[in-house]
Amino acid sequence: MSARTVVVAIVAALGLVALSGCGEKPQASSFKQGKYQGKPDTPPWDNAPLAYTDTNKWTKGDQKSWTDEIKTRNKFQNEYVRIGD
Amino acid sequence: MARMKFLCDAERCIECNGCVTACKNENEVPWGVNRRRVVTVNDGIEGAEKSMSVACMHCSDAPCMAVCPVDCFYKTADGVVLHDKDLCIGCGYCFYACPFGAPQFPQAGAFGLRGKMDKCTFCAGGPEPDRSEAEFKKYGRNRLSEGKLPACAEMCSTKALLGGDGDTIADIYRQRVTVRGKGAEVWGWGTAYGPPKGGQPAAGSKS
Repeated sequence: MSARTVVVAIVAALGLVALSGCGEKPQASSFKQGKYQGKPDTPPWDNAPLAYTDTNKWTKGDQKSWTDEIKTRNKFQNEYVRIGD
Repeated sequence: MARMKFLCDAERCIECNGCVTACKNENEVPWGVNRRRVVTVNDGIEGAEKSMSVACMHCSDAPCMAVCPVDCFYKTADGVVLHDKDLCIGCGYCFYACPFGAPQFPQAGAFGLRGKMDKCTFCAGGPEPDRSEAEFKKYGRNRLSEGKLPACAEMCSTKALLGGDGDTIADIYRQRVTVRGKGAEVWGWGTAYGPPKGGQPAAGSKS
């Protein structure tokens, strides 16, 4: 093995050691102003209605049926509707 | 699409703090953190004392979202302002920006250490799997995913506090004010509540 080969091998090894730090994954979030950086959330209508109640019924994944259900429940806060005129 | 809002009727609120208790119980909020509280003005002055239940108002253009340096806030499709506690650094900027004092910070330790921000979630949980233990521990109960409305509004004994779809609670409030015959004369009534669809404005209402 020639001296040149040894030098090239040492330089290459040193280069690999120097570059090894570059492979580290970022451990902090990269913040972009004005855009939510957190975990995604699922909308409430992507859940099945509770099994133990028959009062709330909507189709899982259907936003409109969930909204209609919420609005129906919302109207119970109006005592003029609950007790009648 | 529903757009979730709270509305507190100061003519009805009797300062019972039932909403505060309901919130604390439903979400197991720790001591020192008040997601909801009752504010009373003109306390003790006969005829002038008014109380109002205050929490996060889930602003359409929320200042907390605007000032957050780590952008941990997001708004759901139904208009609820939520945040990711895993990102929150507890800086307190949102507290200074919020006109309602909604963001709360748990105090722990002897040196005023400020924990991650906690606030009213409209009982909509947070960015963890819905109805999971992790979501409950960090954000409280996710009642919206159960087809329910916030516990504070549903528990209110006098129905002073209304919570839910903005148009629906505006309809309830409009009917209430029309029946009791006062309140529609205030400035801004027509803009805020207006006439119902196809209906007539309340008697004496101004725009």
